[in-house]
Amino acid sequence: MQFALMIYHTPEEFDMRENYSHPHLGAWRAYYKALVAAGVYVGGNALELPETGTTVRVKEGKRRVQDGPYADTKEQLAGFIFLELPSLDAALEWAARCPGASIGAVEVRPLAPEAMRRGFTGE
Amino acid sequence: MNEIHQEDTHRAIERVARESYGRLVAYLSVHTHDLASAEDALSNALVSALNHWPQDGVPKNPEAWLLTAARHSLIDVIRHQRVILESEPTLKFLTENSTETTLATQFSDERLKLLFVCAHPAIDPAMHTPLMLQTVLGLHAARIAQAFLIAPKTMGQRLFRAKTKIRSGGIPFEIPQERDLPERLDAVLEAIYAAFGIGWDDMVGTDQRGRNLAEEALWLVRALLQLMPGEPEVQGLLALMLHCEGRRPTRRGPDGRYIPLSEQDPKQWSLPLIEEAEHHLAEAFKHGRSGKFQLEAAIQSVHAERAHTGQTDWAAIALFYEQLLRISPALGTRAGYAAAVAEARGPEAGLAVLDTIDLEEISSFQPYWAVRAHLLQRLGKTSEASDAYDRAIGLAEDPAVREFLLQKRR
Repeated sequence: MQFALMIYHTPEEFDMRENYSHPHLGAWRAYYKALVAAGVYVGGNALELPETGTTVRVKEGKRRVQDGPYADTKEQLAGFIFLELPSLDAALEWAARCPGASIGAVEVRPLAPEAMRRGFTGE
Repeated sequence: MNEIHQEDTHRAIERVARESYGRLVAYLSVHTHDLASAEDALSNALVSALNHWPQDGVPKNPEAWLLTAARHSLIDVIRHQRVILESEPTLKFLTENSTETTLATQFSDERLKLLFVCAHPAIDPAMHTPLMLQTVLGLHAARIAQAFLIAPKTMGQRLFRAKTKIRSGGIPFEIPQERDLPERLDAVLEAIYAAFGIGWDDMVGTDQRGRNLAEEALWLVRALLQLMPGEPEVQGLLALMLHCEGRRPTRRGPDGRYIPLSEQDPKQWSLPLIEEAEHHLAEAFKHGRSGKFQLEAAIQSVHAERAHTGQTDWAAIALFYEQLLRISPALGTRAGYAAAVAEARGPEAGLAVLDTIDLEEISSFQPYWAVRAHLLQRLGKTSEASDAYDRAIGLAEDPAVREFLLQKRR
C-alpha cells in the first residue's frame, strides 16, 4: 500500500530552509537514509517556496491565474514523500519520525486504490 | 449556589469517576459481558450526577449512587433492545438488591476479571492496553489514540470491534485457573507496561516513546497489586516503573535537552520513589520465583545504586540481562544486553552481541542503531559509526533525542 506524507512548514521553517546552514539538514538526511535502508521509500521531493506557486482555474471558458499557492494558510506544503508500507499504523510511525512533524505538520494520506488510479491514467 | 461549591462538586465527581470507573464497569458487565453498554450506562450516570449533585449535594456514598443510576440506565437499554427472553437473568441481576442501602456498603470488586478479559489471548495483543485504559480508567478513545499513534477514528473502531468480540465471542469473565495463570497474568502486566511507555533508557541515548500515560499505568499496577498481593511479578513491575519514575525529571535538562542515564546527576533522582521501588523488589524476591519484570527492575536497581556508590556495576547488569534473555529474547533486551556487555568487557564484545541479531529484524529498530553507533565510535570506526548514527537519528521520534545523537555524530 502506498502512502503520501505531505510535509507542511511554517514561514519560519521556509526561511531557515533557504540558507544552507539549515539546522535540521542533518536530521532530514538521516531520515531519508533510514527510509531507504528500511526499504519503504518510493519517491518524493521538496517544493520551492509557496509564493513561487501560481494557481490556475478555468471558469466558463475563461482562464483565471492567481499568484501564490491554492490555499492561503499559515502552514504551507513544503514537500512530499511516497512510501510503500503495509498499513496506516506503519505510515503514522514514519510520519512521527519525520523531522517535519516536530517543526510543522505531516499529513499522511493513502494513495487512491490502484483500480481508480488506472481509471485516471487509462493504462 | 456559589461557584466554589460547584467546583467542589465537579471535583468530587471527577474523583469518584477516577476511583470507581473500572470497578463499576467491571461490576456492570461481569454478567452481561457487554462492556460498551456498561460504559454507556456509567456515562449516563455521570451526566446525571453532574445534573443532580450540584443541587442535591454529593451523596454520602457516591459510588453506590452512580451504580444505582447506571443500573437503571442499563435496564432501560436492555428493555429497549427487546430481547427480553434472553436478557431475563441479566435483568434479574440488575433489579435485585437495587435499593441504594443494600448497595451502599460493598459490592464485589470485579476489576481483576476485567483486566484478564482485556488481555485475553483471543483479543489482538495490540488492543490489550487500549481496552484496559478505556474500560478500567475511562479514558477516551481519542486520548488513547494519541498515546499509541493511531488515527483516532481507527482506534474507536478497533475498541468497538474488541468489545463486540468480548460480548459475542464467549470470552469468560473470570480469573484464570492456576495452570494458565502465569501466562495470562503476563499478558496483563505487558499491557500495563505498554501504557507506561518508557523503554531502554539504560542504553546510550536511545529513543523513548513517551506515552504520557505513566500515571495511569502506575495506578493500574497498584490496583492490580491490591487485587493480587501474592504475585511477585506484579510487584516486580511496580518496582520497575517506580525506578523509571524516580529518574524521570533528570532525563531532560532545563533547556529541554535530552540527558542519557550515564550523564544524569544521581543527586537529582527521587530517593523516595527509588526506596519504594527497592522495597517492592525485595518483597517480590522473597517469593523465590524470578520473572521478567523482577529482572528488569533488578537492572534498574543496579543503576540506582550509583546514587550511593558513584559507580555502575555493569557486570551485574550483564548477568541480569543474560537471565532476562532466557525468558524473553526481545529485541530491546538484546540491544540492552549488548550495551551492558560493552561497558563490562569492551566495545568489541558488545558489537559481537549486536552482530548476532538478524538485520531484517532491526531495519526500523532505533535502539539497536543508537547502541551500534556508540560502540563503533568508541572503536574509532568513524565512518561506520556515522552511518549507524544516521540510522538512529532517522528512526528517532523525539526531537531532543535526535539533537543529542546529531551532536554525538560529529
